[in-house]
Amino acid sequence: MKLKRSLLPLAGFALLLVVLVVGLVHSPDKDLIPSPLIGKAAPQFKVANLFAGQGPVSSAALAGHWSLVNVWGSWCVSCREEHSTLLMIKQQGRVPIIGIDWDDNDANAMQWLQQLGDPYQQVGTDPDGHVAVNWGVYGAPESFLVNPRGMVVYKQIGAMTPEIWQHEFLARIGPADVGGAGAAASGGATATGDGTPAAGRSGT
Amino acid sequence: MRAGRRAQARTAARSAWAPAAAVALLGVLLALATPRMALAVDSNPPLPTPQLQQRYLALTHQFRCLVCEDESLADSPASAAADMRGVIHGLVLKGDTQQQVRDYMVSRYGDVILFRPPVVWRNAWLWGAPPALMIVGLIVAWRVLAARRRLVDEDDGLTTDETLGS
Repeated sequence: MKLKRSLLPLAGFALLLVVLVVGLVHSPDKDLIPSPLIGKAAPQFKVANLFAGQGPVSSAALAGHWSLVNVWGSWCVSCREEHSTLLMIKQQGRVPIIGIDWDDNDANAMQWLQQLGDPYQQVGTDPDGHVAVNWGVYGAPESFLVNPRGMVVYKQIGAMTPEIWQHEFLARIGPADVGGAGAAASGGATATGDGTPAAGRSGT
Repeated sequence: MRAGRRAQARTAARSAWAPAAAVALLGVLLALATPRMALAVDSNPPLPTPQLQQRYLALTHQFRCLVCEDESLADSPASAAADMRGVIHGLVLKGDTQQQVRDYMVSRYGDVILFRPPVVWRNAWLWGAPPALMIVGLIVAWRVLAARRRLVDEDDGLTTDETLGS
């Protein structure tokens, strides 16, 4: 009885230790905040096109096919890191990428796309961050997978990698005929996508 | 005597300077104590009515800047925070209530954005744990004290024990 009582604080300490260790090991990265938008309709937007002279970029571009909405900025280091993956995704042709150029300067953004290549079907500008906030963005890059019904299915915070694209995005899209729909939707836009850097160059 | 007069002059000088020094010191202290108003990170123009402005300020102090977690949107110089302030500014200007703005921000960023998490069942452990732990602590303290009092009551012979021991 005496022994038991003296062990009580020790037992309490051990219990606390277990709770803390479990909490430390199992807690998700605190920098990654799950998006409440997942499973909900993608927030609507209609903003100016980065390439002057082209029509506004709006959430209408997301309808009827899978899309990737990528929030980036030329000031963002991780965006440079993920750029080659975005180019790879474009080349794959499964899903069009809609870019949201966040808190950025148009000239810098266009220079970025000229130098590194343009993976986007369309790029909308969001200089005051209204679209970014509406999408729950707090750091670039963030990439959203939107399904053909216009619902946000997945959000990637931080740089996209080929592995993440494969395991989190393509796995959700599935192997189906989605590529056809995406290709059909981007048919006209691919042409503008290729034409835009030229327009940008003549503009600057 | 010269020395005496010099000392007198010195005290006279000191007495003339002392109030000035005290005033200067007070001034410096006051300057240090004044809140640093110039820290304004918010570049949004004031809202048209004091009421709206107050609502806006109350809101920006309720939200966490997610890139710099322990700062409120009102205090954060991060550009993401500036964007959120801009959006809140627009919503308040449009006539949204505090609750509407809160609901909107939570629908975009989740409860994490709130410094004060909502009291709902999902957060029951969060709000319930501190009082529960305190009750446990009080019970333990009560029992320890009671046991000690019982010991003292039983131990009239403590002093004799001590004398026996020594």
